[in-house]
Amino acid sequence: MDVNVSLTVNGKKVTGKAEPRTLLVQFLRETLGLTGTHVGCDTSQCGACVVHIDGVSVKSCTILAVQCEGKKVTTIEGLAKDGKLHPMQQAFHENHGLQCGFCTPGMIMSAVDLAKRNPKPSETEVREWLEGNICRCTGYHNIVKAIMAGAQASHDLKG
Amino acid sequence: MYEFEYQKPKTLAAAADVLKKKKDAKLMAGGMTLIPTLKLRLAKLSHVVDLAGMKDLVGIKATKAGVTIGAMTTHGAVAASAAVKKAIPALAHLADGIGDPAVRNRGTIGGSISNNDPAADYPAGLVGLGATVVTTQRKIPADKFFLGMFETALKRGEIVKAVEFPIPKRAAYMKFPNPASRYAIVGVFVAETADGVRVAVTGAGGCVFRVPEMEAALAKKFAPESVVGVSIPTDGLNEDIHASAEYRAHLVTVMAKRAVAAAIGG
Repeated sequence: MDVNVSLTVNGKKVTGKAEPRTLLVQFLRETLGLTGTHVGCDTSQCGACVVHIDGVSVKSCTILAVQCEGKKVTTIEGLAKDGKLHPMQQAFHENHGLQCGFCTPGMIMSAVDLAKRNPKPSETEVREWLEGNICRCTGYHNIVKAIMAGAQASHDLKG
Repeated sequence: MYEFEYQKPKTLAAAADVLKKKKDAKLMAGGMTLIPTLKLRLAKLSHVVDLAGMKDLVGIKATKAGVTIGAMTTHGAVAASAAVKKAIPALAHLADGIGDPAVRNRGTIGGSISNNDPAADYPAGLVGLGATVVTTQRKIPADKFFLGMFETALKRGEIVKAVEFPIPKRAAYMKFPNPASRYAIVGVFVAETADGVRVAVTGAGGCVFRVPEMEAALAKKFAPESVVGVSIPTDGLNEDIHASAEYRAHLVTVMAKRAVAAAIGG
């Protein structure tokens, strides 16, 4: 039986119908049409579906939409402001932090969470943080470079 | 996933009531095991009872005697807690090694121990430190809480509220993680406590267990070489595509040795 779910997605209040078993990622992609959040493995391993719930990174394939009632969700679509890429997105662009690009939304959402906690992560800290984000192209070298640059840029922006 | 009803009760009494009335209802804490289990259709539930509304189950309290961690406290919060890092750094280290950051942002101590996965980290921490599980009905010593694979002393409708950890003299946790899931292929928690030395092993068998021979050897001399000669029998150890029973038995000694060295090193 469908229930109503109300939450804030990328700053906008939304209400939609969902079954109790509907996953947040299904709700985002199928009900709200926000297809930037990807489903890679669907078994909580790959991290392509990472979004922020109340500011912290969560795998949206492993949380029910109904659990997000009243919460603030940010997806990859919510990072750019006024047509300007978020510093982490810009860093991925500049460092070519992707190959096929499928894992990129989750990589960037995880990286933004890391940068908030640790404005100057070392290469080791970035690689450890990416434990739950898998790049099937094995393009980690530039992803790590991008995250280090993006964390620095996010920090500089805040002053 | 099979269909189910979702409930988010406001009180523990209301949650316990649903469990008593509906035999196919189950509690959900962080959902990091329950949701994947439902997705694989390994479980079919009538009701999922979400404990996320219980704010008083979240938090960490430290005193001179010990650290109390609320059941709905996430692994990430335990790993980042200055109080835990100061009082029992081995426990913060254990929490920091569970799954990955996004999983640690949701997964909870209460959920982990109630599920009692044979390869989970927390059971080793609780048994290794001689912790006490506080439930809605009683206090259960860790040694009597974990009964077998996915089996605990919890009764129907009994809910974990918190875990009380005494502060050890020194302790460390070392695990050999599965490179994909980060679950322990073998994890060993060693602690020198007021009541003696405790060695708890996870991942190797069907349920967390202690190694009395290692505890006795370490009580005489708390040094890595004390455990080198102690090996555990392979009978009843887990065997899968990741590691044979012999390999797991070998890893228990290796991880115990490393844990003792780490406990001494600080």
